[in-house]
Amino acid sequence: MNEMSGIAQVPLAYSLGLSAILFGIGVAGVIVRRNAIVLFMCVELMLNAVNLAFVALSPYAGVEGQVFVFFVIAVAAAEAAVGLAIMIAVFRHRESVDMKNFSLLRW
Amino acid sequence: MLLLQEAAHGAAAALGEGNGFTPVLPWLIVGLPLLGFVLNGLLSVLAARRALPALPPVGDPYYDHAHDGHGHAAAAAPVRAPALAAVGAAGASEQEAHDHGTDAHPVDAAAARHDAHETAGHDAVHAQDAHDDHGHDAHAHAPAGPKPFTHTLPSLIAPGVLIASFVVAVRNFVAMSNAGEEARLAIAHGWSWIPVGNLQIEAALQLDPLSILMTLIVTGVGSLIHIFSIGYMKEDPGYPRYMAYLNLFVFFMLMLVLGSSYPVMFVGWEGVGLCSYLLIGFWFGEKANADAGKKAFIVNRIGDFGFLIAMMLLFWNVGALDFATVNERLLAGQAGLFGGALITAIALFFFLGAAGKSAQLPLYVWLPDAMAGPTPVSALIHAATMVTAGVYLVARSSVIYTLAPTASLVVALVGALTAIFAASIGLKQWDIKKVLAYSTVSQLGFMFAAVGMGAYVAGVFHLMTHAFFKACLFLGSGAVIHAMHAALHSTHNPADAQDMRNMGGLRKYLPITFVTMGISTLAIAGVPPFAGFFSKDEIIGAAWLGAEGHSHLSGAALFGVPGRVWMGVIGVILSVAAFMTAFYMGRMMIYTFFGQNRTGDEERGHLRETDWTLKLPLVVLGLLAVVGGLVNVEEHVPIVSAFDFGQDEALHRWLHPVLAGSDDVIAQNVGALPEPAHAAWPIILAVVIGVGGLATAWAMLSKRRLATADQQPAYESGIEKTLYNKYYVDEFYDRAVVKPVGGLSRLFARFDMGVLDWVVDLFGRLAQLFGVAFGRLQTGQVNTYAFVLIVGVLIVLGSFVAL
Repeated sequence: MNEMSGIAQVPLAYSLGLSAILFGIGVAGVIVRRNAIVLFMCVELMLNAVNLAFVALSPYAGVEGQVFVFFVIAVAAAEAAVGLAIMIAVFRHRESVDMKNFSLLRW
Repeated sequence: MLLLQEAAHGAAAALGEGNGFTPVLPWLIVGLPLLGFVLNGLLSVLAARRALPALPPVGDPYYDHAHDGHGHAAAAAPVRAPALAAVGAAGASEQEAHDHGTDAHPVDAAAARHDAHETAGHDAVHAQDAHDDHGHDAHAHAPAGPKPFTHTLPSLIAPGVLIASFVVAVRNFVAMSNAGEEARLAIAHGWSWIPVGNLQIEAALQLDPLSILMTLIVTGVGSLIHIFSIGYMKEDPGYPRYMAYLNLFVFFMLMLVLGSSYPVMFVGWEGVGLCSYLLIGFWFGEKANADAGKKAFIVNRIGDFGFLIAMMLLFWNVGALDFATVNERLLAGQAGLFGGALITAIALFFFLGAAGKSAQLPLYVWLPDAMAGPTPVSALIHAATMVTAGVYLVARSSVIYTLAPTASLVVALVGALTAIFAASIGLKQWDIKKVLAYSTVSQLGFMFAAVGMGAYVAGVFHLMTHAFFKACLFLGSGAVIHAMHAALHSTHNPADAQDMRNMGGLRKYLPITFVTMGISTLAIAGVPPFAGFFSKDEIIGAAWLGAEGHSHLSGAALFGVPGRVWMGVIGVILSVAAFMTAFYMGRMMIYTFFGQNRTGDEERGHLRETDWTLKLPLVVLGLLAVVGGLVNVEEHVPIVSAFDFGQDEALHRWLHPVLAGSDDVIAQNVGALPEPAHAAWPIILAVVIGVGGLATAWAMLSKRRLATADQQPAYESGIEKTLYNKYYVDEFYDRAVVKPVGGLSRLFARFDMGVLDWVVDLFGRLAQLFGVAFGRLQTGQVNTYAFVLIVGVLIVLGSFVAL
């Protein structure tokens, strides 16, 4: 950390701000959008916003944040795989990936 | 064997000590009837099970085939058909109808319905229908065949335990009479029953002259009535159940008289009420009988409320409830208590209880209705024993009543009014049992007048003689009804077997019944030297003595009128009531046993006395009705004193230890009473009243020709109609109590359904409303959930920031 290079040269506020903006877009997308695929993308967006925050903070908080990012990427990949598989299965039944049509689990 | 040895040992010990008294197996006296109840109860359960149709196991393919052999139904019949046949057969064969005109009683069919639930229910109703035409169908005559053991064993068990109990009571009596007068009190300790703080109640029996006398009456007369019941009830399908109830009744009655404290007495008090209810409604298939039982129970509750209040007052102010301690403490503090409001309230509340149990004004209405039960029950419970419990209670609480002269006067006055009130109703009844029922109420009034006036011995004496002659009269009426029923049954005549208009001239057909009932009639009418003369004379004599100022109540006042005036009034009332008693008893005897027979030409041949069990108790009780009065002949009776019975005032001396407390109260608070001058006129008056009443009845009624019940018009107007309708008291109570209570409960029902249920429903609807409202949040859209989640997270985070 002695020779401020790479990400450390970007002011922390910028990184965290971008992370917050990305996260906000993801949240808004999850709440507003109905398309399941878009929903997934928004979730990924939120995950990556967090990743960005981890990485941005790692010069100050230690390398564990960067390690954690790898975990998140791995889990996100697995999640995307399972999620997309579900989507395909649902699509075969409903011929739609619109979340409006998926409201079976209620009374 | 062991018991016998122990009894012999105990007796030897009691005899050996000379002056001491050790009770001989006192718990056996109450235990034996209880044992009888348990055994007979088991038998009745067995009998009820045997009367049930044998239902097949579900899905048993061999069932129809198996039952073919019994000839119940065709093999192809559905499963229910054999069941119906079985119940019908049981109902018919054992139900050689024993009803008394009013009561057809498909008892076991009904009992079967109880047990067999729905399957048998329908069939039992069938059996009931078949039986309700009451002997008009052929199978009511079906021979009973050999009786099952459930119907033979009770004949041995029930009277057996009673006789055994009587023997033990006699042994105790002998042991007690051998003991010195002061030693005639023993408490048989049982166990600590209710130990709560200051309230220490022990289950214990108290044997003293009064309780042993009552025990002898209960077990002795009870044994005779149990024997009579064999002949009277053995054909009834509910016979074991009947005997079980009867044994249970005797058990509770013995608890009542032997209990050493008011709570133990109360257990017996409630228990006899229960058994009375069960036995009045014994033929519960008929609604009227069940209603009569309920009426008795409910009216008695009013009295029991008084008993309870009195007990609580007593405990609150005296701190004890067993007789010995209560009397001791009351006597210790008598100076402050005498005539006070507290002791008067206790006495009056106890009297309320006694008035309920002993059918006094205004709570007497249940007793005439209680005649719905079998006649031996009327004899035992509603004449000889249970209804005298109130008299026993007052005599037992003699210290309390002597301390409260005003309350005593109330008791005496209510007793006298009841005596004349019931006697006047008895003048115009047609039902033989109703006459005796009102007679009982009237005689109980005499007893209360006696104990109210402080003549406790006279009251207990009349209680005893009344138990003899009234039991005899009731059993005699039972024998009459039994014969009448059999005669009417033989030709399927639907006439009422209890209506005296259908009787007449029975002395030729029922000679033993006639003689014994005749003796008892002379006894109750007060003809010397029969039992009732001495006891009743003593009561009326007590009133005259009080009027002359020889009673501790002479100086007391009620409503501002001095006691001696009241007692004069009571004397007059009782004399008139005694005259009425002689008259209506004469009327009953004339209509039943004299004149032309009105039963019917064909039926007449069937009128006869049958079983020895129906005759023996009558003879024994008839003998007792002759000699029973001699145990307490007054020394001063001018004519009688010429004969030396060697028994003068034996009962007085016998009961003296029990009443010593009350004598002490009189000596301390009233002072010495002037020695009465024994005049001859009250005795002459009593004889004139007794003989005169019977003679008047004979002169007025013996030549009168009656028509049978269906031809004789009902009383149409005037005093006769009023008397026949019992002063319309039942109607009055119906208007004044039953209807308002019914209206009130309807009001409460509307409050319950309108308001309370509405509130409960409101909460239900609120829950529904919330459910619908919050249910809308669950859209099934993931977006919504996510939104809520985020809002929640923001709130949590925001609150962190804000804090």
